[in-house]
Amino acid sequence: MINRRSLLVGLAGGFALSPQLALAAAGTDQRLVFIILRGAMDGLAAIPPIGDSRLNQLRGALAQPPEQFGPPLQLTSNFAAHPALKGFAGLFAAGEAGVVHAIASPYRERSHFDAQNILETGGSAAYALKDGWLNRLLPLLPAAPPPVAIAATLPALLRGAAPTTSFAPSRLPDASASLKARVASLYENDALLHRLWSEAMATEMMAGASDGGAANPQGLAASAARLLADPAGPRIAVLEMGGWDTHAGQAQRLGNQLRQLDNVFATLKQGLGPAWANTLVIAATEFGRTVAANGTGGTDHGTASAALLAGGRLKGGPAAGRVLGDWPGLGNLYEGRDLLPTTSLNGLFAGAAAGLFGLDPALVTRRVFAAAPAPALAIVRV
Amino acid sequence: MSPSTSLAAIALNRFGLGARPGDAAPADPRGWLLGQIGRFDPRPAVIAGLPDAAAMTLQYRQNLAQLRRQGLIGGGLIGARRPGEPEPRKGPEAESMSNQAQRERRQAFAQAYGGQVGARLAVSLASTTPFAERLVHFWANHFAISTDKLATATMGGPLEFEAIRPHIGGRFIDMLLAVTRHPGMQFYLDQAQSIGPNSLLGQAARRRNAPRQPGLNENLAREILELHTLGAGNYTQADVAGLARALTGWSIGGFVRRPLGEAAPDGQFVFQPNWHEPGSVIVAGRPYRQNGEAQALAILNDLALNPLTARRLAEKLARHFVADAPPPALVARMAAAYLASGGQLPALYKALIDAPEAWAAPLAKFKTPWDWLVSSLRALGRENVPPLQAIGALRELGQPTWRPGSPAGWEDDAARWAAPDALLRRVEVASRIAAPLAATIDARSLAPRILPGTLSPATAAAIARAESPVEGLALLLVAPEFLRR
Repeated sequence: MINRRSLLVGLAGGFALSPQLALAAAGTDQRLVFIILRGAMDGLAAIPPIGDSRLNQLRGALAQPPEQFGPPLQLTSNFAAHPALKGFAGLFAAGEAGVVHAIASPYRERSHFDAQNILETGGSAAYALKDGWLNRLLPLLPAAPPPVAIAATLPALLRGAAPTTSFAPSRLPDASASLKARVASLYENDALLHRLWSEAMATEMMAGASDGGAANPQGLAASAARLLADPAGPRIAVLEMGGWDTHAGQAQRLGNQLRQLDNVFATLKQGLGPAWANTLVIAATEFGRTVAANGTGGTDHGTASAALLAGGRLKGGPAAGRVLGDWPGLGNLYEGRDLLPTTSLNGLFAGAAAGLFGLDPALVTRRVFAAAPAPALAIVRV
Repeated sequence: MSPSTSLAAIALNRFGLGARPGDAAPADPRGWLLGQIGRFDPRPAVIAGLPDAAAMTLQYRQNLAQLRRQGLIGGGLIGARRPGEPEPRKGPEAESMSNQAQRERRQAFAQAYGGQVGARLAVSLASTTPFAERLVHFWANHFAISTDKLATATMGGPLEFEAIRPHIGGRFIDMLLAVTRHPGMQFYLDQAQSIGPNSLLGQAARRRNAPRQPGLNENLAREILELHTLGAGNYTQADVAGLARALTGWSIGGFVRRPLGEAAPDGQFVFQPNWHEPGSVIVAGRPYRQNGEAQALAILNDLALNPLTARRLAEKLARHFVADAPPPALVARMAAAYLASGGQLPALYKALIDAPEAWAAPLAKFKTPWDWLVSSLRALGRENVPPLQAIGALRELGQPTWRPGSPAGWEDDAARWAAPDALLRRVEVASRIAAPLAATIDARSLAPRILPGTLSPATAAAIARAESPVEGLALLLVAPEFLRR
């Protein structure tokens, strides 16, 4: 009995450790955290262009954040941060954060679902590509444990041929080790289930004991930080944060959203510890929102927004404490209603990945963003 | 495996909610499925006993009114203060009252939500018309709202029970209208307060130079075009604007208090002529010159019968039941049948059930967490589960009921649901729900009854070799042929 049991546990260990993981030491110490802001974050409210004289006139009541958040926090002579982004503004001042404004994917319609698909696949049309751009990037990177989505299911950004995994803090009691071993053998001849189960077991081992974190953005960020901080852990994590579709009552809702996002940055920095110095965080959304407020104190679907960057890896680089991107001005709106995009998200992603992992930007563009290439934007020191 | 057992297994699992231990395999699988539409009970007692949308709207409004009276609105504590209302109270006492009020509200919401999820689950577990229940869940997801918004926190159940269930056996337009007029959808997509800038109310507000000018909200119009009817890429921004203008005045009684509005009972659909944007609009290439409510009605009627809508409904339904990438010929036949019938949903179902492609053998669909949990509980003969347990399990499995987070609803393919962590959770939940029943159920004899014709020798052997009865049952519930249909 004892022998049979230890054999089963041994088998489970065998399934759990994929050959790549068994190598343990990752081939790079750089960390990438990608935060998908689902629902279209209003970039003009997050990073208001205070130097643009048309801002107050076009936005009306929405030009100023609600009183209880305090006044906007000046970042540069022309831009400020929403007061809820207090921690982010601090990082910005310390050269550990930056912004790319008036940025958009190649998509120019206003459907969340198509736009998120394009943001995540890097394609030129929705659902034209079956894999996510982050998955296509993986073959170019040094060997490391598979990237992890801090979610119960895998976002399109990570789907594709290269191995990836997902993990969410669980409050369920663990199924017994014996049941897990039997499940492993039950899935032995089922290609899909075998792969998923092996990855789940591997991730579970890496994440270690109980998390306690609920599924709030901050809890997810804490999980991501813990996984990434492990010297033998994954190097790439993806977080998702919804709730940005502020069609009504935007002032209050968006303030709360931004406060949560601000906590995510702080949690990542704290949880990553020394690894923060090698970390780049990119928070991007599928499109922006109309410049003018609608009839219900909100904004409707727009075009360009802002991407927020954070991480010690920014220090001393071109985006440290800077708002990048050509400012198109609010006098020249896309279709007369939206902030005009001047920088491509694909260019940001290509430049960020290349700079972070020491790759040739042209190679990244060719191999990962061939469907919608854009000039790579340099954001970290190389 | 004989051909008829295999067809019966497909009818029970692919088109149904999974077999229960006592269920006899249907002798005429196609007839059994199609006959369910007529036998289906749209308003079972457990649902009829719940508070409806009108009651929920009233409760929400009274709750807000009480908070306003207590001076707890605004000031960053709860919601936004309206012009003219007293300054919000400040200080620790107000904060503590506000926390208390929020706690009470959350409790009331959680109780209502729990009752609704419990009723949905109880109906699904006991149902003898499981194909019809699957259609209810399918259409509720097609017309998804998400209960993570305050105003819709208790509207998930009412929308499904009041606007979907009565219409699954009728015309699509009737379901579309019922949903569009339902407070759940009206609040979720901000329609109830969308007001024409040139309506009587709009003009009056301009003359008064009111601090908050009423205006259009495009949200519902866009999602009707993109999600409920034509589909992404099949409409323009001008179509959205046209439909949004036509829909102004479509509102809900009781909750939305604006001048020049006609009184209407709480939670009831009401057309407000004085909020309606006058003038003709063009949507999908057709002009609509009607006045008032008739304008949007005419547009929705045409959208329901648009060939692009037919195609989209056919494709989604085929994807739901047959394969993540459904056979194009099947989709085309279903769409044609729908159009030929003048938009009757049963024509769509019949074309699906009649199709040989729908009965092809491979188990192509990976069950959603809801379908997996329901079929697991049915397999174990459970007829009721404490709602809190079910809600917790569904949240951890990744599919909290009526909370997809977006009006697009849950995705309907394996790529969405077959993920490492999600699979681990199924194993954990399986082990948890098997535990209390393992003493009375023998997994070895249950397996072939639940999976007639599809139980693989490998699974049967794994169950037989299980170390404990709990393990045996759990293995049945997470077997490859039980995770798929």
